[in-house]
Amino acid sequence: MQKKTLLDGQKIQITIKRLCHQLIENHDDFANTVLIGIQPRGIFLADRIQQELQIILKSKKILKGNLDITFFRDDFRRKDGLVTANSNSIDFIIEGKKVILIDDVLWTGRTIRAALDALLAYGRPEKVELLVLIDRRFSRHLPIEPDYIGHQVDSLNSQQVKVTWASEGAEDKVILLSEKQ
Amino acid sequence: MAADRLSTRHLLGIKDINRNDIELIFETADNFKEVINRPIKKVPSLRDITIANIFFENSTRTKLSFELAEKRLSADVVNFAASSSSVSKGETLIDTVNNILSMKVDMVVMRHPYAGAGQFLSKHVKAQIVNAGDGAHEHPTQALLDAFSIRQKLGDVAGKKVVIVGDILHSRVAISNILCLQRLGAEVMVCGPTTLIPKHIHQLGVKVEHNLIKALNWCDVANMLRIQLERQDIKYFPSLREYAMMYGLNKQILDSLDKEIIVMHPGPINRGVEITSDVADSKQSIILEQVENGVAVRMAVLYLLASQG
Repeated sequence: MQKKTLLDGQKIQITIKRLCHQLIENHDDFANTVLIGIQPRGIFLADRIQQELQIILKSKKILKGNLDITFFRDDFRRKDGLVTANSNSIDFIIEGKKVILIDDVLWTGRTIRAALDALLAYGRPEKVELLVLIDRRFSRHLPIEPDYIGHQVDSLNSQQVKVTWASEGAEDKVILLSEKQ
Repeated sequence: MAADRLSTRHLLGIKDINRNDIELIFETADNFKEVINRPIKKVPSLRDITIANIFFENSTRTKLSFELAEKRLSADVVNFAASSSSVSKGETLIDTVNNILSMKVDMVVMRHPYAGAGQFLSKHVKAQIVNAGDGAHEHPTQALLDAFSIRQKLGDVAGKKVVIVGDILHSRVAISNILCLQRLGAEVMVCGPTTLIPKHIHQLGVKVEHNLIKALNWCDVANMLRIQLERQDIKYFPSLREYAMMYGLNKQILDSLDKEIIVMHPGPINRGVEITSDVADSKQSIILEQVENGVAVRMAVLYLLASQG
């Protein structure tokens, strides 16, 4: 395996700050907007975005939930092995709210398709936007594009993009893994 | 963390599954429990699957519970009751089921009065079989939901002491419960009149006690089985009244124990026989939680089986 660092801790911090300012441009004080992190890896970024927004806006609490999409996947019974589910925790009502879906890496777009479906179980949002840290562009299987992008990469299907976080005991880092030629 | 798939294609009995399977079912059921408490209680996982519920024996709650589980997973459901079918015209089990399967059914949930009916069917038809009770043999989903309810109430099943009281002889719930609880590391005792305790039951590694008070003082959980009057071809005890006096659980007995035990019942309750109304409706009873958990556990079983169909 060959490893290439795409973003280090400092760059991630700058990127998150920028994403937060872009969010504030569109959503003011977040009075009618909620953050939803997609399980299992999007929740770390959602945490960071929430913390940063609260610092910048000096506001009380910006609503954030975690959404699991396992039971909404379109590859159930079509691929080997079972994806085990994670917990959902959305303790507010989504009906009529603006929702920012947050994930670490956008690749084929299938996870986001499932997330849009899963979200409906909690009500009909007024608007849904997508924020990702890494956009693996030109590799979409579905017509889905992010509204807020941390960093774009061009990658092969055989490559993997991994994001690790200090809050899970590793360090803030984005790496590109490729098979050795 | 449990394994990431079941070790079996069918759920015929607890006898055929291992501890990993049970833990995987429980972890998945935790997720489904959250799903069925949402405003919209439905997920699309089984949208391309058709399930036939074939009941050769009466059932209200199990059938309802399976049907709800199937519908909440978005499966297509067909119901079939033997009393209103060609079985009464002399059709064999395999023919009945094959006819249903040629209508492209992927999974069969079956209750049958004969032990081993599910096993037999799984060898002769292509569909995946879920046993919803076969004679006095097994009722695996009931045992799973009972253990799941204990786990939810007490945090863990391992190390807990569970007494199963009543008609052990005719009870598929008892056999499945014993196997399931033992797989999970609980200690199991059976309690009832000598006539209703199978002769060699101790070979399963369970304690046998004929005195209800002693049994209750020993246990953390008491699972009070229903007296199955419909299965009693001969008299196993002199009268229901005597049974209720010797083996019925009332509030007075419950309050006289040193510790607060948990009371369970697989339903339907004969109020005033196995347990009195004030016990069934008391804070220590988790009978209605068992019913709620039943749907989540059955969703988990169907989902996990379907993933390897």
